[in-house]
Amino acid sequence: MTDTAQSGPVLAADGRPLKASLNRALRRQKMRAMLLIAPLLFFILITFVVPIGQMLFRSVENQIVSDTLPRTTQMLGDWDASTGAAPDTPVFAALTKDLMVAVEKKQHTRLGSRLNYETTGVSSLFRKTGRKVDDMGEGYTDQFVDLDPKWEDPVFWADLMADPAASALPMTQDAYAAFADTIISEDGDDPREEQPWHTVYLSLYQDLSAGADVGSLPAEVATAQTAAVTFQTEDLIAAFADIDEDWLSVDTWQTIQTYSPAFTNGYFLNAVDRQKTPDGSEWRPEDQQIYLTLFVRTMIMSLTITFSCILLGYPVAWLLANLPMRQANLLMILVLLPFWTSLLVRTSAWKVLLQQQGVINEIVVWLGLVADDNRLALINNATGTVIAMTHILLPFMILPLYSVMKTIPPSYLRAAKSLGATNWTAFWRVYFPQSVPGIGAGSILVFILSIGYYITPEIVGGTKGVFISNRIAYHISSSLNWGLAAALGAILLVVVLLLYWAYDRIVGIDNVKLGG
Amino acid sequence: MKLTTTLMASSALVMASTSAFADGHMASEMTIVSWGGAYSASQQAAYHDPYSEMAGVTIINDESSAEAVAKLRAMNEAGNVTWDVVDVVASDAIRLCDEGLALEIDADTQLADGDDGSKASDDFGDLLVSDCFIPQIVYSTTAGYRTDLVGDTPPTSICALFDTDTYPGMRSLEKRPINNMEWALLCDGVAKEDVYDVLETKEGQAQAFAKLDTIKDSVVWWSAGADTPQLLADGEVVMGTTYNGRLFALIEEQKQPVGMLWDAQVFDLDGWIIPTGLSPEREARALDYVKFATDTQRLADQAKYISYGPARASSAPLVGKHATLGIDMAQHMPTDPENAKNTFLYNYEWWADYRDDLDAKFQAWLSQ
Repeated sequence: MTDTAQSGPVLAADGRPLKASLNRALRRQKMRAMLLIAPLLFFILITFVVPIGQMLFRSVENQIVSDTLPRTTQMLGDWDASTGAAPDTPVFAALTKDLMVAVEKKQHTRLGSRLNYETTGVSSLFRKTGRKVDDMGEGYTDQFVDLDPKWEDPVFWADLMADPAASALPMTQDAYAAFADTIISEDGDDPREEQPWHTVYLSLYQDLSAGADVGSLPAEVATAQTAAVTFQTEDLIAAFADIDEDWLSVDTWQTIQTYSPAFTNGYFLNAVDRQKTPDGSEWRPEDQQIYLTLFVRTMIMSLTITFSCILLGYPVAWLLANLPMRQANLLMILVLLPFWTSLLVRTSAWKVLLQQQGVINEIVVWLGLVADDNRLALINNATGTVIAMTHILLPFMILPLYSVMKTIPPSYLRAAKSLGATNWTAFWRVYFPQSVPGIGAGSILVFILSIGYYITPEIVGGTKGVFISNRIAYHISSSLNWGLAAALGAILLVVVLLLYWAYDRIVGIDNVKLGG
Repeated sequence: MKLTTTLMASSALVMASTSAFADGHMASEMTIVSWGGAYSASQQAAYHDPYSEMAGVTIINDESSAEAVAKLRAMNEAGNVTWDVVDVVASDAIRLCDEGLALEIDADTQLADGDDGSKASDDFGDLLVSDCFIPQIVYSTTAGYRTDLVGDTPPTSICALFDTDTYPGMRSLEKRPINNMEWALLCDGVAKEDVYDVLETKEGQAQAFAKLDTIKDSVVWWSAGADTPQLLADGEVVMGTTYNGRLFALIEEQKQPVGMLWDAQVFDLDGWIIPTGLSPEREARALDYVKFATDTQRLADQAKYISYGPARASSAPLVGKHATLGIDMAQHMPTDPENAKNTFLYNYEWWADYRDDLDAKFQAWLSQ
């Protein structure tokens, strides 16, 4: 060691410092290890982490409102719902311009459906308005064109808007840019060949009336500004109200305003049966509350299924572990057999067995245990779900139990008995504690699988035996309320993680074994 | 090091082959999405087989119509549309068209004229409910009953569903508010033309739920079209609602003791849409297929295999006998005058607006 201090760092054979050389070798090894796992890492990232992350992100994402109605949401910022009056003309003008673009890009019905999740009727409101919005502001177009036919000329417009001095007409520029963009992207047309929308004329009128300084723009603009004072104004509010009275309702505007921000907690509130209000949140009407009930039911039923699996699986696993090899193998095949049968086939088989005219009912009626007109309701309710799912998930309980039991030496039991323990004491004090890791592993597997199940509950669960996952599936594929589905999924994920954490605290995750 | 190289190379190969697979829509293949079961089988026989033979393309069937809107949205967001032609119900077509996910079709120039010389737009008439929708069949949701379990007076009115005194036993209804709410109001004395006005109010919804409450304990709720036929065949229910074609198969093909209750049947349409975002070649072929598959003869041909009414007026006279049973199909069509004495018109627009709201209430009501 003293050598080192005197003659500088230790050198490797090639003359580099040993430390650097070692680091390099290690780094190379790490790189190689990384490369080896890279395909798997990539695979998991791309097929698992990214999609789940994206899906969960949808539960708070709400850009659709401000993306589709950028001008309106900005103008609405100053509007106060508590006045009890619908917003003023400028907001309606902004809405006209936004809707015009949205209709051309076919985005307005999607926004309508989005807001319809919050307030019924918004969807049809947007649909109806979308059909008529391209006529709005026509009065201004006519008046400008009457004044000077040049206003009808697409090329005149294109040149005017390309003029650097056009920045004196900010709204017109904005509306024209929206028009030009849409024409190019949606129709593939050239804005120099298309007359601008009425909304551009409307914006021009707004700019000119606001006293824009048009000194450096072509003379036509100045002429128009002088004339605009005498223009007949178009009552946009009346035009919207004419399409649907709801445009005058504070509720409609309040919904748009409440959901203007790019992110919202609205979906999460909805997922726990609450709804967003301007000042926080409140419970939904009682006849719409379902999700909390479903969450609680999912938990209770999953626990029931887990316990039934333990009760049924424990003796089977014990037999498997203790029978001679030949019989054990046969039994093992019987346990594994369901794995090789389609899930749907198994579930449908339960339908045949459990229904009122089914095998089980026929037998108990034949035995005289129940009256013919009072057959047992074993399916299309919670009982059906518990029975079918216990059967389907049983192997997930038996296999970890078996592999743990296999490692418990039979001599321990014999030792306990030889020291005077009864059968029960020997089992309960000696054997059972050693099998707990198997129960833990099996329970976690079964419980987590069962709270995410939806096909079996859908088929045999009726109305009282369905899980939260059935609603998630419904919102994903039928109602297309992906935000709500994501919020429900996120809550489910958090609940599972919390339970896992609790399990770790109470039992200890080190106590879980999938095998010897 | 050698192992690493092999691994890297193989993973690169896997990636390359998956991406090739993803857009590897070969020129000679097209994917057609439909509902599966007897319905897809009828399309295979009436449209796919003759078209494959004629145009030399292989047709791949995908049975995802139930999730068509959700999947098309996802495909559109991902920018990779793998479907060429999709079979959807009218309300889904309207939704897809509104969102720009389906191609707009000009019926007169892009579809075949009727055999009787009528323009396509006249031939389809009112059934062209959306610019993107190419109607194929008219089907109806209606009720069937076990002839051996209803006593001497078989039901003649839809209200038998709500009459547990005369017809005791279980009945199966669809697990969604659509149709059930309307029937409940009709049987609670609301006039046919007022149903949607009443249903729009809170009181009207409460009235419909109250009527449904009277039979809630005797209802098995179904979510797949095949459930009611199975429940009827097993004698689990005395009556139940489903699509008329399913009941036809149950009665005529499987010879079960089941009768049709056409009263207050609710008509709906099913047809094709072509997704937007296809390459020009695929779009042209999809249009070609649709033009072929919705001409007068082809639509009439489909009725040989399933009892759904062809959407063209000009196809009706050509509807013949069932392909294997040899029975006359015309009298089994929902549109046959004898069956269509009392029909109920389903309001797409209304349901588009109220579906989310009523569905939340319906599900809450179910779980109470």
